[in-house]
Amino acid sequence: MQTIYEKPKTLIDTSTHFCPGCGHGIVLRLIAEIIDAWGIRGKTIGLAPVGCAVLAYNYLDIDMCEAAHGRPPAVATGIKRVHPDNIVFAYQGDGDLAAIGTAEIIHAANRGENITFIFVNNAVYGMTNGQMAPTTLPGQRTATTPAGRDSANYGYPIRICELLAVLDGTSYIERVSLSSPENIRKTKKALEKGFTTQLEKKGFSLIEILSPCPIYWRMDANESMKYIDEDMTRIFPLGVVKDWTQKN
Amino acid sequence: MKLLLTGNEAAAEAAIQAGCRYYYGYPITPQNELINYMSVRMPEVGGTFIQAESEIAAINMVYGSAAAGARTMTSSSSPGISLKQEGMSYLAGSELPCVIVNIQRGGPGLGDISASQADYFQAVKGGGHGDYHTIVLAPSSAQEMANLVYDAFDLADKYRNPVLILGDAQIGQLMEPVEFNKKPKKNLPVKNWALTGAEGRERRIIKSFYPVKGQLEEFNAHLQRKYKLIEEHEVRYEAINIHEADIVLVAYGTSARICKEVVKKSLRFNFKVGMIRPITLWPFPKEITRKLSESVQCILTVEMSAGQMVEDVRLAVEGRCPVHFYGRTGGGVPTSSEIIRKIVEILPDNSEVNTLLQLVEAK
Repeated sequence: MQTIYEKPKTLIDTSTHFCPGCGHGIVLRLIAEIIDAWGIRGKTIGLAPVGCAVLAYNYLDIDMCEAAHGRPPAVATGIKRVHPDNIVFAYQGDGDLAAIGTAEIIHAANRGENITFIFVNNAVYGMTNGQMAPTTLPGQRTATTPAGRDSANYGYPIRICELLAVLDGTSYIERVSLSSPENIRKTKKALEKGFTTQLEKKGFSLIEILSPCPIYWRMDANESMKYIDEDMTRIFPLGVVKDWTQKN
Repeated sequence: MKLLLTGNEAAAEAAIQAGCRYYYGYPITPQNELINYMSVRMPEVGGTFIQAESEIAAINMVYGSAAAGARTMTSSSSPGISLKQEGMSYLAGSELPCVIVNIQRGGPGLGDISASQADYFQAVKGGGHGDYHTIVLAPSSAQEMANLVYDAFDLADKYRNPVLILGDAQIGQLMEPVEFNKKPKKNLPVKNWALTGAEGRERRIIKSFYPVKGQLEEFNAHLQRKYKLIEEHEVRYEAINIHEADIVLVAYGTSARICKEVVKKSLRFNFKVGMIRPITLWPFPKEITRKLSESVQCILTVEMSAGQMVEDVRLAVEGRCPVHFYGRTGGGVPTSSEIIRKIVEILPDNSEVNTLLQLVEAK
């Protein structure tokens, strides 16, 4: 009998710690699928952030390293400089990458570090019970913006892709989402492009993934996907922001 | 061959000689000669030099290169070392070997750029959060800086632990002849935990997170066993004229150089000044200090701080003899006559010390 669908070998068979409807499991699976398909388990090193995805190493059967909150770009730099021929990726959430770690991501980008950054944006601090993130939408209710994010007081959601794209050191930047099977397929393509960028030594790549957090959005799974499509993408438009293969 | 180098340059070259090929730093006075030297030398030996965007980024780059199995180092001065404390706690918690150099300056806050020893507590008591220790080595000359930085890499690898070099603005910036004659150490443990990509083997994880109840306590017990081993085997100090001394000075780094001068000046007189110079500040030379307290009249600890190491001296002495303190703060450096005056204060009936003081002050 022909197998048409199976668990990637690189994905460890274990129960999940992620909440129901969370997007992290999908992203980790996509990473595992690519590692399997490309046969790169032996040369890939991953960085786990502080936040919901800190236990990423519970799911991926590859060499992995923790980093302090916000510091994956610096730690990844330290690893990549020692092993320039390995594939190094940093997996980061929005608080990690776009709040406490803004200096590290901007300067890793500016140095053109040949590393792939996987930026999972769910507009909320999930691990700590749903506080405001730097990417929280205006009006969005969180544990620390119970009346909704008021931009007059709390500022605006940070568009990391657009911010980093102006730096000469960046090579490939794309924003994708997990809101539908079609968008998940696009996310996988974007991740592949990120790894290709690195394998061809073209420098800094970042894929921002709009990901659902039904628990702290206080929505069901369907509403969450709708929220990504109708609300998040208005602030965070999907698409390629920068691409070294396109001369423009 | 001897080279005329600043302590900072000696530290940098010693790291290169010890096989360090990954250096990450951020400019701050008075350690700038070190980062400048590395920017030239690292490319010469095919190594990596990155001027990081912050002290925080630099220590985390060190974390990455250490996790990848390489010899790696960062350096800074007091305010910058404060910024690195989070990273140092993670390094200790992930058991990653590396070397951190602190060329201390006056504090608190921005303080000033002159020599100080006010980071002792931060250095020897952990510094960051959690129960941990870094091994702390305190050079008192450019040559010793070179020797200790070289040894620091071996100690770091031997124990999978960060090692801190605690210098100060004078030790970092004075120029002295330096010779590099250390040989690579054999029998260091293989880094069978380093991240290289899991080709043909089980994966490895570098982490300090233990979410399952009980595991973190177990890990802490392991750390404490390791620290006990270090305390048993790695204590270093220099002892001068300690037998039958009327008074023993305890000092490290720049303070120790001045105390040595006091010992030298006292030699012609009929009273005995001895000296203990801790070379490892952690582990502290407890045993010799304790032994000494049973035979000497009293101990005088001299520091460029308001009194930090003196607490460890008192803990070792456990009240067996009086422990006095003389210190200068905020970039002040004790002079030998100040120390002799303090000895007179402690031993007012000793006419020989009085004579020495008069002689020194007449100059």
